[in-house]
Amino acid sequence: MIYSVSPWAIIIFVTFVALVLLMSFFFARKTKSVAGYYAAGGKIHWGVNGIAFAGDYLSAASFLGICGMIAFSGYDGYLYSIGYLAGWVVALFVVAEPMKRLGKYTFTDALDARFNSRSIKLTAAISTLVVSVFYLIPQMVGAGDLVVPLLGLPHWAGVVIVGSIVIFIVATAGMTSTTYVQFIKGGLLIIFSTILTIYILNNGLKLNPSDEYHQFISLETIIEDGEITGTNNSNYTIERIHETGSGLTFAKLNNNGVERWFKLSDDSKTMHEMLSISTLPNGTKLYNGEPKTEAKFYQVGHLTKIVVNGEEVDQTGPLGPFEYLSTLENSELVRFTRVELRDENTTVWYQNPTLGSAMLKPGLKFKISTRSGATFWTKLNFVSLMLALFLGTSALPHILIRYYTVSSQRAARKSTIVAISAIGFFYILTLYMGLGASVNGVLDLESSNMAAPLLAKYFGVGIFSIISAIAFATILGTVSGLIVASSGAIAHDFLDNYLKMKMDDKAKVRAGKMAAFGVGIFAIVLGILFKGMNVSFLVGLAFAVAASANLPAILFLLFWEKTTAKGISWSIVVGIISSVSIILFSPSMYDRYGLPMTSAPIPIDNPGIISIPLAAITLVIISLLSQKDNSSKVENYHLNQ
Amino acid sequence: MHGSAAKLDTDLSASRKSKLGIKLFIVYIIVYAGFVVISLINPDLMGHKFIGEQNLAIVYGFGLIILAIVMGFIYNAMCTRLENKLNKTEKGQTL
Repeated sequence: MIYSVSPWAIIIFVTFVALVLLMSFFFARKTKSVAGYYAAGGKIHWGVNGIAFAGDYLSAASFLGICGMIAFSGYDGYLYSIGYLAGWVVALFVVAEPMKRLGKYTFTDALDARFNSRSIKLTAAISTLVVSVFYLIPQMVGAGDLVVPLLGLPHWAGVVIVGSIVIFIVATAGMTSTTYVQFIKGGLLIIFSTILTIYILNNGLKLNPSDEYHQFISLETIIEDGEITGTNNSNYTIERIHETGSGLTFAKLNNNGVERWFKLSDDSKTMHEMLSISTLPNGTKLYNGEPKTEAKFYQVGHLTKIVVNGEEVDQTGPLGPFEYLSTLENSELVRFTRVELRDENTTVWYQNPTLGSAMLKPGLKFKISTRSGATFWTKLNFVSLMLALFLGTSALPHILIRYYTVSSQRAARKSTIVAISAIGFFYILTLYMGLGASVNGVLDLESSNMAAPLLAKYFGVGIFSIISAIAFATILGTVSGLIVASSGAIAHDFLDNYLKMKMDDKAKVRAGKMAAFGVGIFAIVLGILFKGMNVSFLVGLAFAVAASANLPAILFLLFWEKTTAKGISWSIVVGIISSVSIILFSPSMYDRYGLPMTSAPIPIDNPGIISIPLAAITLVIISLLSQKDNSSKVENYHLNQ
Repeated sequence: MHGSAAKLDTDLSASRKSKLGIKLFIVYIIVYAGFVVISLINPDLMGHKFIGEQNLAIVYGFGLIILAIVMGFIYNAMCTRLENKLNKTEKGQTL
């Protein structure tokens, strides 16, 4: 679709960036030591650190990805919210305090505290880099997606802008400026998501989202001798009937020279208008049969029936948070489902009437009930996703390093609780933002990532500008954290500890800054290369890799005395390789390669349920085989346990 | 240079806190697993009205988020009490 640039959006965005850069200059003068660069000197207040956790964690995938997924698939998108939050329970109850006790600057320090082993230093540093890079790509892609509507710039420009600002933030003042960027952004995101939710509830539910909303037409078919020969509207002539393999029938109609696609009802008596994008042989794209500039590719998503106290109404007026959900549950809405017509070079989205009650329970995206065709593998895929989300959070290196910015274990624990409360509150709001986007006629079918900002636009250009600027800031905050984590893996874990390069304090900080610069450039390149990739897809991947490579190592280190350095290193290696290979041979990836999904050798998309146990078993076996190594391990690695 | 970025004192309550953490963690795993199991075995149950007009999916989903927050506060309160009690004799208490 076409976006118009709002000057307010530019002003708010530029002001925000200017503030962030000024702050980085201010902190840069204070950042001279290694502890200052990687861990903000351990002097961050736990409250600030807690909100910064939220700012670090609530990435583009949470704000843009989850809201979009809820808008398109209802409750199944919300499962991500539940899983992402549940992961913090593992972080708080099991990982937070020992991580704080064992580590210095990086996750590798903590894993290695007990062994002083070169293989752990190397494998944990690699794992940090792999997870962070998987996490970086979708953030950069998201930045490019956002800059198109916000500033009217091409995709690559967004990636370059974010990349350069972040390199500047990290390379000037490291973790200190990163923390405050994340604190401000986390706070703003939660405040303005709350305001957006108030708008949604105040607006209530209505059948016609706005006066500009496109009224979809239906035509009666004329059937002669079992053949469809025309419609009751003589302006439309039938060009072609297209049957898909899955039992759907579409018709290409011609309306005064413009080709439009319709879907035949099951009884073939009516045709319902669809949205379509066709690519002509010369490469031009037609949106609903016309050039993009005609703006005929409408924003969609509407209710067809609203029931209040057993009576149908046109609109409800303001609703309470619980009333909103229960009213929606009794109502009906139209989702748009995408079908690829490969031999026509066309993608169509047909109107898919959906009960409100189906939107508010699991099952629209993940096949889990037998009625929707669930198999053993689709069920296993669902369990695997819920497992990776649960175990992934506390294994993300850029989250773990935040424990080193506070002064004590007690502060680490308190900041985790602030984080859980802030993040939990935000995730409750995602349900309202997603559902609000699904029924107010704002969805851009080309990009599910834009659901929340476009919903804000429905309520006014002011809130749209602020929400878009915050979405951009969201990416800045998360990318900064990822770059600090990656630079720690390269400069601190690899150069300093693994290669034992002789560096004084100043040289170590310089090495960290250069590593940040390098990773930043690399992220810019990847962000441009992966344009068009779904934002939440790669984040899910990063969670699965983190949960497989890092979590068994962390848990066994903490709770199994017989764990050895070799066991940890091998478990990290097996975790990375098994999770990444399962993903590469999964149905979703085969779809991306342009191969049929059914030909994928591995029938599930989410690797966690196989790769996490595999990494854990590896750790146990290798540890038992290398017990004699433990005689030389560093004793008293943690006190009084 | 060596040692934590911030200086830590000996924490005598570490093992008690760790045991408490594991207990709470197990409680949460059971509740979370319950959600996954119901979704798998009887997805229709998720659509049934549970409290007032709200269905089980909404109540359970919101419940998991609120439970995490509430358990977090309980854990913090209990840990703080343990730290104050067990570290009393040590010089320079944590915090």
